[in-house]
Amino acid sequence: MTSSHSLTVSSLSLGYGDRTVIESLDLVVPPGKITAIVGANACGKSTLLRSMSRLLAPRHGHVLLDGREVHKMPAKELARTLGLLPQSPIAPEGITVSDLVGRGRNPHQRLLSRWSHDDDLAVAAALDATHTADLADRSVDELSGGQRQRVWIAMALAQQTDVLLLDEPTTFLDVSHQVEVLDLLTDLNHDRGTTVVMVLHDLNMAARYADHLIALADGKLHAAGDPSSVLTEDCVRAVFGLDSQVITDPTSGKPLMLPLGRHHVTAP
Amino acid sequence: MTLDAVISSRVRRARRYALVLGLLAALIVAAYLVSLIVGETYYSLSEIWRVILGETVPGASFTVGELRLPRATLAALAGFCFGLGGVTFQTMLRNPLASPDVIGITSGASAAAAFAIVILGLSETGVSAFAIVAGLGVAIVVYVLSFRDGVVGTRLILIGIGIAAMLDSATAYVLSQAAQWDLQQAVRWLTGSLNGATWDETLPVVIALLVLGPVLLAQARNLFMLQLGDDTAAALGVRLERTRILVIVAAVGLLAFATAATGPIAFVAFLSGPIAARIVGSAGSLLVPAGLVGALLVLVADLIGQYAFDIRYPVGVITGVLGAPYLVYLLIRTNRAGGSL
Repeated sequence: MTSSHSLTVSSLSLGYGDRTVIESLDLVVPPGKITAIVGANACGKSTLLRSMSRLLAPRHGHVLLDGREVHKMPAKELARTLGLLPQSPIAPEGITVSDLVGRGRNPHQRLLSRWSHDDDLAVAAALDATHTADLADRSVDELSGGQRQRVWIAMALAQQTDVLLLDEPTTFLDVSHQVEVLDLLTDLNHDRGTTVVMVLHDLNMAARYADHLIALADGKLHAAGDPSSVLTEDCVRAVFGLDSQVITDPTSGKPLMLPLGRHHVTAP
Repeated sequence: MTLDAVISSRVRRARRYALVLGLLAALIVAAYLVSLIVGETYYSLSEIWRVILGETVPGASFTVGELRLPRATLAALAGFCFGLGGVTFQTMLRNPLASPDVIGITSGASAAAAFAIVILGLSETGVSAFAIVAGLGVAIVVYVLSFRDGVVGTRLILIGIGIAAMLDSATAYVLSQAAQWDLQQAVRWLTGSLNGATWDETLPVVIALLVLGPVLLAQARNLFMLQLGDDTAAALGVRLERTRILVIVAAVGLLAFATAATGPIAFVAFLSGPIAARIVGSAGSLLVPAGLVGALLVLVADLIGQYAFDIRYPVGVITGVLGAPYLVYLLIRTNRAGGSL
C-alpha cells in the first residue's frame, strides 16, 4: 500500500499580525516519502507546518492536497487524509492512554454515531505499532517523556491518515528515545506508505532519516532535495550562519554535519 | 490480543460512565423528593403524588404545589444550567478557574437583572431578556479584550475577574438605590436564592434548557476534543471558531436564564465541572455529568440552608461556603504547577 496523495505549496505567504514569516514559498512534498524540514529558530518551520494542516490561513498562495485547497476542504474530510501532531499537545489531567489514542478517531465519527469496530481496530493497531499496548490503561500523566511521545504518535496513527505532519516530534527526548521515535516513523512509512513530513531541530537526524530534506532560511526556501545534495557546508552557513565540516556518516552513508565553533577545533 | 484489551477497557469505561450518570440521577431524585417531603409540615409521598396529579389536597396543594415543587424544580434546573455552562467554559479554556462566575458572566447577568428590576421595573420576561443580553455582552467584551494572537486562558481569566469586580459593585450600587426592597430580595442578586421561587420564574429556565441544551450537547464531542489543545483539536477535524461561537452563545444563554431566575448561586458553575471530572475521569464528555452535579449541589445546598441551622440561609451562602475553599486550593495548586482541568 502506497499513498499517492500529493501535497504542494504554491507561492505561499504566511504571517502573524504585522510580521511576515513565510514569503512566496513553493514546494512539493514527495508522496510516500519521509520529508524533514530544517532551519534556524524562528525561520517559519512550524508556521509552515501549521498552514499545511489548515491551522493558519495563508495571506497569499495555496496549500494543495491532491489539487484541492486545504483551507477550503471540510474539516473532517481533511482530517481523514492529513494528520498533524503539534509541538506541544495537551493531555487532559488523568486521561488514560487508550482514551487519548481513541480521540484520534474523531474525524471518522459522526455526531451521535456509536463507537465502531473499525475504531477499536484502529486503536489496537496504533497501540501495537507504537509498542504502547501495555500502557493502555495507565494515566498519561505517569508516563516518561519518551513513552508520552509514543502515545501521542499512536493517537495520530489512530487517525489513519495517509499524510502525517509532525512538529518537532523528538524535542525534549534523550537520544535513545529520539532514535526510537524516528525508527517508528520510518516503520510507518515503510509498512503503510504513509507520507511523513516533520520539522526537526537536529540536522544530522534529519539527514539520516529523511528521504527528502527541505532547508528554510528567513521564510524562504534555501534548498530542497536528497539529503546528501542539500546538507552541505555552504547550506549550513547560509541557513544557520555557522561554519561546519560535512563528512559522510560511516554508519549510514548519509551526510554528517560537524559544527566548527570558536573553541575545541583542531585546524584541518 | 491488544484488540480484546482495547474493547474490554472501552466497555468497562463506558459502563462506569453510565453508572456514574445513573447514580447522580438517583441522588438528584432522592434530594428532590426530600425537598418536597421535608418542611414545617411533612407530607407523605402519596400526598405529594396527588398534588402532582392535580388533585386538591388540603394544605399540601399550597405548600407542596405552590412552594416546594417550584422551588425544588427551579433548584434542579438552575443547578443543571450552572453546571453545564460552567464546565463548558472550563473545558473550552482548559482552566478550572475559567468558570463563568469567576470571569464575570454571571456577574453581568446579575447586575443587569438587578438594574432591570430596580431601575426599569421590568417584568419577569424583560428581566430574563436583559440578563441574557448582558451576559452575552460581558462574554464578548472579556473575549475581545483578551484576544491577542488567539485567546490565552490566563489572560482572559484575569480580565474577567476585573470585570466581575466592576459589575458586582454596580449591582451593589443599584441595590442601594432600591430603598423599598427588603434585605432578602437584595441578597438574591448578590449570592443567589430560591426563596419565593414560582412557576413563572421556572418556565423561562425550562425553555432555555430545551432550546440551548441540545445546541450545547451537539458540541459535546468538539468540546471533548478541545481538551487536547486548539491545534490538536483542529487537526482532528474540529472547526474551532464555529465551535467556540456556538458553545459560548449556548452556555451564556443557559447561565443568564438561570441567573435571572435565582440570582448568581455562588460557585455552582465553578465547582460542578471539577467534581464531575473527578468521578467520571477521562472516559466521556463532562457536560451531562457536570449538569447533574450542579443540580444535585443546588438541591442539597438549599436543603442545608433551609433546615440545618436555626436561621434559614439562602442557597448561595451555602454553595459559597463550599466553593470558596476550593477556589483557594485551586489558586495555590495552579500557582505551583500551572494545571488544567
